[in-house]
Amino acid sequence: MSSVTTHGGGGRWRRISALIRKETWQIFRDPSSIIVGIIMPMVLLVLFGYGLSFDVKNVPVAIVMEESSAEARGAASSFELSDYFSAREVKTMAEAERLLLDKSVNAIVRIPADFARRMEQGTAEIQILVHGTDANTARISLGYAQGAIAVWMAREAALGRVVTGPPIDVENRMWFNDANNSSYFLVPGLVVLVMTLIGALLTSLVVAREWERGTFEALFVTPVRSTEILLGKTVPYFVLGMMGLALSIAGAKLLFDVPIRGSLVLLVIASTLYLIVALGIGLLISSVTKSQFVASQITIIVTFLPAMMLSGFMFDIRSMPVAIQAITHIFPARYFVSVLQTLFLAGDIWAVVLPNAAVLAGMAALLMGLAIRATRKTIG
Amino acid sequence: MSADVQAVPVSAQNLHKSFKRGTGEIVKALDDVSFAAKAGTLTALVGPDGAGKTTLLRLIAGLMVPDQGELEVVGVKVASDPQAVQDRIGYMPQKFGLYEDLSVQENLDLYADLHGVTSEQRQEVYPRLFEMTQLGRFRERLAGKLSGGMKQKLGLACTLVRAPELLLLDEPTVGVDPLSRRELWEIVLKLVREDGLTVVVSTSYLDEAELCDHAVVMHAGKVLSQGTPDEITAEARDRVFIVATPDGMPARSLQARLFQQKGVIDAVPEAGQVRVVLEAPDGTEALAIDGHETAPRPAKPRFEDGFMVLFATVAERAERSGMELDRPVSGNSADVVVEVDDLVRSFGDFTAVDHISFKVRRGEIYGLLGPNGAGKSTTFRMLCGLLPASHGRLQVAGADLRTSRAEARQKLGYVAQKFSLYGQLSVDENLDFFASAYGLRGRRKAERIAWAKRQFELDQFASLPSIQLPGGFKQRLAMGAALLHEPDILFLDEATSGADPMARREFWGRITALSEQGVTVIVTTHFMEEAEYCDRIIILDAGQNLAEGTPAEIRAHARPEGGEEATMEDAFIAIVEQARSARAQPKAAA
Amino acid sequence: MLDSLLRILALIRKELLAILKDPRSRISLIGPPVIQCLVFGYAATYDLNNVSYALLDHDRSSASRALISRLDGSGVFTRVGTLEVERQIAEFIDDQRALLVITIPQDFERGLQASATPAVQVIADGRNSNTAGTAQGYVSQIVTSFGAEWQAAHGLPGPPVQITTRAWYNPSLETRWYMIPALVGTITMMMTMMLTAMSVAREREEGTFDQLLVTPFRPSEIMVGKAVPAMMVGLIQATMILLVAQLWFRIPFAGSYLILYCGLVLFLAASVGIGLFISSIAGTMQQAMIGSFVLLMPFMLLSGLTSPIGNMPQVLQYFTFINPLRYAISITHQVYLEGAGFGQLLPEMLALVAIAAVTLPIAAWMFRNRLG
Repeated sequence: MSSVTTHGGGGRWRRISALIRKETWQIFRDPSSIIVGIIMPMVLLVLFGYGLSFDVKNVPVAIVMEESSAEARGAASSFELSDYFSAREVKTMAEAERLLLDKSVNAIVRIPADFARRMEQGTAEIQILVHGTDANTARISLGYAQGAIAVWMAREAALGRVVTGPPIDVENRMWFNDANNSSYFLVPGLVVLVMTLIGALLTSLVVAREWERGTFEALFVTPVRSTEILLGKTVPYFVLGMMGLALSIAGAKLLFDVPIRGSLVLLVIASTLYLIVALGIGLLISSVTKSQFVASQITIIVTFLPAMMLSGFMFDIRSMPVAIQAITHIFPARYFVSVLQTLFLAGDIWAVVLPNAAVLAGMAALLMGLAIRATRKTIG
Repeated sequence: MSADVQAVPVSAQNLHKSFKRGTGEIVKALDDVSFAAKAGTLTALVGPDGAGKTTLLRLIAGLMVPDQGELEVVGVKVASDPQAVQDRIGYMPQKFGLYEDLSVQENLDLYADLHGVTSEQRQEVYPRLFEMTQLGRFRERLAGKLSGGMKQKLGLACTLVRAPELLLLDEPTVGVDPLSRRELWEIVLKLVREDGLTVVVSTSYLDEAELCDHAVVMHAGKVLSQGTPDEITAEARDRVFIVATPDGMPARSLQARLFQQKGVIDAVPEAGQVRVVLEAPDGTEALAIDGHETAPRPAKPRFEDGFMVLFATVAERAERSGMELDRPVSGNSADVVVEVDDLVRSFGDFTAVDHISFKVRRGEIYGLLGPNGAGKSTTFRMLCGLLPASHGRLQVAGADLRTSRAEARQKLGYVAQKFSLYGQLSVDENLDFFASAYGLRGRRKAERIAWAKRQFELDQFASLPSIQLPGGFKQRLAMGAALLHEPDILFLDEATSGADPMARREFWGRITALSEQGVTVIVTTHFMEEAEYCDRIIILDAGQNLAEGTPAEIRAHARPEGGEEATMEDAFIAIVEQARSARAQPKAAA
Repeated sequence: MLDSLLRILALIRKELLAILKDPRSRISLIGPPVIQCLVFGYAATYDLNNVSYALLDHDRSSASRALISRLDGSGVFTRVGTLEVERQIAEFIDDQRALLVITIPQDFERGLQASATPAVQVIADGRNSNTAGTAQGYVSQIVTSFGAEWQAAHGLPGPPVQITTRAWYNPSLETRWYMIPALVGTITMMMTMMLTAMSVAREREEGTFDQLLVTPFRPSEIMVGKAVPAMMVGLIQATMILLVAQLWFRIPFAGSYLILYCGLVLFLAASVGIGLFISSIAGTMQQAMIGSFVLLMPFMLLSGLTSPIGNMPQVLQYFTFINPLRYAISITHQVYLEGAGFGQLLPEMLALVAIAAVTLPIAAWMFRNRLG
């Protein structure tokens, strides 16, 4: 075929690079690409780094002292000295309950009237009442409260004031995150969101826009092949996604001091795989829907929301019911989150990285294949 | 490739193509179409909306696959190897997909790269393209900021960056002003005559078809007739006459009456008289009005006349009854209903409307004419209260719509350039909504909706989502919705852009009837012959008033000495060019 | 007045027709909220019901075995390995086989008998420190109560002080009870804000907005006509989610529906106001889409949905004052779980009224005065 000889080789690269150049110009001239590619990652970085925190500190508690013995004082002081609580003393239970109702305090610690006497008998009791609406915070607060009392009891025992201390001491150690700092796992999770936004949402919008505005029709009747059109779309957004990655990693390191214990090379490879998957989804959705509105809705539902809720970055997959756990396997984000958390906080642990990366690679190949099939040079 | 194949770049035999509508209904877009385009010739596909012109061009371009039939393009069977065809042809779709956020140069570079044009070749081609399209000055301008005509020229330039073996143009001049249209055609004709390029073009401007070598007249997916333009024109031989208007009667009123006569296929106002096409060569008795002879003079037929004759054989003769308002507009015809005084509108340092003044009286049809970007739409939007004026005064029905109470808008109807009713809603639902929006309710509302559906023959489509209406009916629905509340003033913004000749006749029939019943109508249009329907027109360019007056007064500007009556289009082009060179001169001198 | 009302009614009818006519868009208004509510209701939980752990028992006494069977019998902990030596800990944690490794010291039983407070060590995989902390809390609770009971059973004096705990409004401290009522506001805000942000942008892009502006509609009428249908859709979605919460997840409703719906109406007015505001600025649908997305993200993250507002830095806490979702979540929780009355909710309701009172009029003004 004469056409192949005249349009193969150099022509192909010239065409692809022309399409890439065109796309790059468009990115720089459209404020919305810049917003999604650059502003959005920065906003998310700040929100996830500073805004979201599961680290419970300074929980406001009301301490109801129904007697003022030295023992009762001692028990109360265990809350007053703890970093986890900011305690205020109130006289009556009724007053404390009012404070709990209007959320001025999250918990009430009640030290009953005959505390000292019963303590001698070994039957003393401290009541803790929490506001249970925010169950997670409530549970963490309860744990801290029990810890604070145990510390006080151990001290009393050591000083010989009481016969026995707590029966068993539980010594908790947190690997990979000694400071128990939640930005350590939230900020890596942010990388997933940024890559998803750029790879899937932005790409699906710009491809659907070409269908909507009719720019593809003229482009189709040129020597350009559909794979070349896809490449021309993929490469610029791939670069933009990688810039988003660099921005997120730099932010994580500089602003939040998140450690990167694994190798940067592996991190880049895994991100590349995920980005290709996201681009594939974006291209596929827009080629099928050919409408910006529909494409953006579908992209948010099938990529962004799962990346946030079902990837294990905010809510641990291990906590979900089996059926939902099974569903998470469909979404590429869970594999990427797994790799990211390990590479950022634990190190190059092949047993985690390899299988997850393999799944991502498989998905990348499948989705790109489908996107190529779906992008045909036909109208209507 | 044999010379034989080369001689026929497009050969289509018995093509069929059907589509399924959203409603499940099958539409035959192409029904047994055959034609051939010979090398180095210009072939025109002409026909009304929905005739299948675009589908045919897309099949040739390999963007669609025919259901049945043989289609060979540049010697290749398209269906089996569309890419091989696409490597060698040029195609300009109806809405050429320029990248609006890229500059002229960047768009051109993109297509040059896609076509593998080397930099040496570019040095030779670019100057030629820029000279041809006169886009050289605008290289750095973003394509989105070009006027409609310039966009089309850039689209054409993009398809011509390398010499294609075949050039396909789909309605390249829709929405393009007469000046740019003329320039665009000069380029195309030069390519065919001098470079021997083969061109297939679809168009609904019939004067353009006159310029081609071979015309394919299409209707409802079928080829009605094909041949040289002369052969098509010959269909109307001995049937075309010019009828002079009796004293005091506007040409459009005579036209409206003649158009309704039995035995008359077509009637259009032309140079203050009326041009008619008769069903039979000897049917001049059809031209008698109220029993009076009208002394018709025979005239030389044009392509358009032949086309109308062909159509009269297939299309059912639609009701040509004009339209009846429930009650004519009251008031004196001397009343000034629209007054514009020293109007200015600027965007940044660009002045879109530059000190314009005019008055429109009750019952007048007033036309705003001008090239793309002349300031017509801006003026229009200010009149309708959609845009504030930077300076000057405007009054519509005694109020400035921008600042007046909402009730003042009750008096006007507005039909936008683009179909702008709610596409997902049915005809009934749209009419119901606009009736309520204008405060109609109860029996009155039901009566008015029934009136609109009757007048515009919309009953058959009452429950169809309006986006699925055939092109002409969308136009009717828009008009119907704009007239529900019996407005005193009707604004029509390029309402006939892209419409076929049949739809345009029908449209003007209604406008004429409305104005006779006292409705004031303000229109913008690109079809210069439509200016003949107006009482007075104003020609704008670069935001300035170039000329204002009756059609006869405007035509007088361009009358060659002692020559024949000039057409409106010639007059328009003469006025605009004269003004432009006058503006260029002081600059050149300075 | 009547004219104005009739015009508004016509616009509302038209908007509802446009939204509800197409069966696909009907489904997309009801389907996704319900599915999201179900999936996220299950997925968005900080409660653990399956913690994998590995055991390193240096004591191998009857007491250590009793503790282990207590853990295994809790229904929460699943033992995935029994280790012999310390260095095996790393491999179980590193490859995520175990979330926890529990080490029982050599003299565990003797220590218990001597009331010498032996130490059980719990190492957790901190890659998700929130999960890890929760799991450690579970272990502490089981171990502590086991110790007290073991000592009592062996006639030893127990600890001098017992701790009894109780939680109001959510006795078994289930995150789901917190999350699902919060989804009422979150999901409806997402849908209504996008719906309204797109609606005017779409009319502008399709040219129908000009057509609307040349009719006698006043900007304020257009604003009301656009806001009311979106709010109706939002209320229907909220009702669906409330039904799922009660019928499927069986979360008891403690308050008054009247008060809750009052709060929801104000909340929807505020979010629709923001949506219309975006819509009045945006020139294209893409801009409206991205604009609402850029606002929705911080609204969702800084609403108290995923983490408490009290934990945020002060600056971000100020931002939450203009976030309608913050108030919506607070209102739903207080009404749904706590049975709060109007008096208690007044501050939240007033804040929502203020947001709506600022955004809606600005949007209406922008309809007519936006250039272009």
